[in-house]
Amino acid sequence: MVAYIKGIGIVSPQKTFNTKTFLTEIVEHTTNSLRCIEPYYPEFINPVLARRMSRTIKMGIAAAMVSLRDAKVEMPDAIITGTALGCWEDTEKFLVAMIENSEQLLTPTAFMQSTHNTVSSQIALLLKCMNYNFTYVNKGFSFESAVLDAMMMLGDSDAKNILVGAHDEMTEKYFNITKRVGFWKEEAVATSDVLRSTTNGSVSGEGAAFFVLGKEKGEDDYAQLRSLKMIFEPESEYEVEEKINELLSENGLKCADIDVVVYGKSGDVRYDKIYNHLEDALFKNSASVSFKPLCGEYQTSSSFALWEAAMMLKTQTIPTAIQVNKQPKSEIKNVLIYNHFMNTYHTAFLLSQC
Amino acid sequence: MSQKIYVTGIGIISAIGDNVEQTLDSLTRGKTGIGELELIDTIHKTRIKVGEVKHTNEELIKRVGLPADTKITRTSLLGMIAAKEAMVWAGIKDTNDFRTGIVSATSVGGMAITENNFNDYLNVEKTGDFLDYILTHDCGDSTEVMAKYLHIKDYVSTISTACSSSANSIMLGARLIKNNMVDRVVVGGSDSLSKFTINGFMTLMILDKEQCKPFDKDRKGLNLGEGAGFIVLESERAAAGKEILCELTGYGNSNDAYHQTASSPTGDGAFLAIEKALRLSGLKPKDIDYINAHGTGTEVNDLSEGTAIHRIFGDAVPMISSTKAFTGHTLGACGGIEAVLSVLAIKYNLVFPSLNFTNQMNELKFRPSTVLETEHPINHVLSNSFGFGGNSSALIFSRH
Repeated sequence: MVAYIKGIGIVSPQKTFNTKTFLTEIVEHTTNSLRCIEPYYPEFINPVLARRMSRTIKMGIAAAMVSLRDAKVEMPDAIITGTALGCWEDTEKFLVAMIENSEQLLTPTAFMQSTHNTVSSQIALLLKCMNYNFTYVNKGFSFESAVLDAMMMLGDSDAKNILVGAHDEMTEKYFNITKRVGFWKEEAVATSDVLRSTTNGSVSGEGAAFFVLGKEKGEDDYAQLRSLKMIFEPESEYEVEEKINELLSENGLKCADIDVVVYGKSGDVRYDKIYNHLEDALFKNSASVSFKPLCGEYQTSSSFALWEAAMMLKTQTIPTAIQVNKQPKSEIKNVLIYNHFMNTYHTAFLLSQC
Repeated sequence: MSQKIYVTGIGIISAIGDNVEQTLDSLTRGKTGIGELELIDTIHKTRIKVGEVKHTNEELIKRVGLPADTKITRTSLLGMIAAKEAMVWAGIKDTNDFRTGIVSATSVGGMAITENNFNDYLNVEKTGDFLDYILTHDCGDSTEVMAKYLHIKDYVSTISTACSSSANSIMLGARLIKNNMVDRVVVGGSDSLSKFTINGFMTLMILDKEQCKPFDKDRKGLNLGEGAGFIVLESERAAAGKEILCELTGYGNSNDAYHQTASSPTGDGAFLAIEKALRLSGLKPKDIDYINAHGTGTEVNDLSEGTAIHRIFGDAVPMISSTKAFTGHTLGACGGIEAVLSVLAIKYNLVFPSLNFTNQMNELKFRPSTVLETEHPINHVLSNSFGFGGNSSALIFSRH
């Protein structure tokens, strides 16, 4: 089932929120842990409510509200969210208080907001939306599972417009913990230097992105989302190639038809090899673009890539900041996203011009 | 697009048994699993009663046949045991003969280990193989571990919608088959007790110090539990020639959109979920023979759910009970566990008793069944699951 992207709201470490501009001004960070530029919330959330909410809840709600407004949809037929860690900040807050106070004098707010479905639920609560409401929590496939569900639902139900999104946040403690398993770089790296990095680990990131996916084609759609594939722990580069070819042929396309490939290069010398391989082996004539130097590495980062792909198709431009090679393209018709998280969760999205 | 969704296997582990046989024995003998907390060190130990699986992680690791030093969570272990039993029941020996998926659900994932290791994780001076547990925290980890153990790779996903999580994994499984994404899918959920959840529910002040009393006028709250319940769903093609336990004929998902943790007094979310499930199954309310209620024993849930049930069924409420007083509230696993019990209700024509019920609620006209009913044909069972965040789900199982 093809889904039409009708609206987008995205909070990221770049100026992507509530704007029609497309990476015209890049915020150069020098860090090994990127944080989101937070929106001005009072426009979207009652300040009394917002005071009790964690960053990921607020960013998620703001992104969702902007995407609905962008799509001119008041009430989605379903709300589907993907998140690897859910509401980690609240979880951590309750956990730390519990440990430090030896299980005494705890208050319920952080616990109540710690469940993984909080963002989906809070959006439903704000919209008074009683429709289908789902939250996927599947590490590097969380967002993909949500999108797949939405695409399935546009085909197997009466749903016309579905709000689908992803959110994950990073805290200092969780950064330090996951650094111990080798996820992140030791050193700070400048945004424009990330892909030239020669060390192990990525720059960590975070974000919240929501999309309105519709069943029917409209005039102002960004793009059509045609297909997506998840490949868990591929055994070889050959297996990846095979799966990409399968995805393309299922949609009547060949590698040469892909004008732009969005690669999840993160500057981690251990894991960027597969992207370089695909560039050489399958997509020599396609333009290569990146996204992780801008949003950082996190388990639902493909939601940022989906925004980039949709924006390229809609505006027919490739911002300089994301160009990896200078392959000129007079027209952008088909875009492929190829991403993986820590070489375990590999995903491919196929989008086309409307 | 197909078609019927057949249930061909069931597997369960909870406070009332390590497998289907023991579970059925406890249910028919009215033997509760709720008692003292033994395996978790918490200051609340004497203030709560829980439905605990009385095996240490070491014992569970041995049972699934892994090396003793395997870094694995209790959530994964419980899930592996129940999912494996369901696969064996369904006679699945080879996962390559049909496209096979797994959808699991959990609310806390690996929290029971994270909460003990957290300070050590943050202490860079301290190293050791305990660091291997870091990546077991994420909810998705338990599903991945189960998928590898069961050799399932065609579709792997995890859902977390609080206490409705595993009812939703069952619903998704059915949709995956109907959309021709897989031919069969192992669906359900797993959750282990943790200090985090115990303390969380303590702050909400909805834990009963004694055995919970679902739908009783004097109910004081819920008992937490742990466990896992899985069922195998198969397409007509994949199930050909097998014993069909029952069909999944209806499912509905809705959001109450009322409050982050409390259900609406009007039971709107529950009402809509049940209504959708009935519509999909093509059944009328009067066709339902038994309702396995969410029935947690909290003030708010039982009123909200009971109200929704009256809105659907009027005064003609079918036999109804909550099995939470047997198992405790197993959170992300309860939809899977109660799906297994619903299948058993159909297979053996049983209605399990609602333990500890004495006084009828003033707001409701129905009384739950308090004895084991064995004399009525049970052809259609409605199973409800509701969670934090207003997530409401209903499933309907029907005799084949």
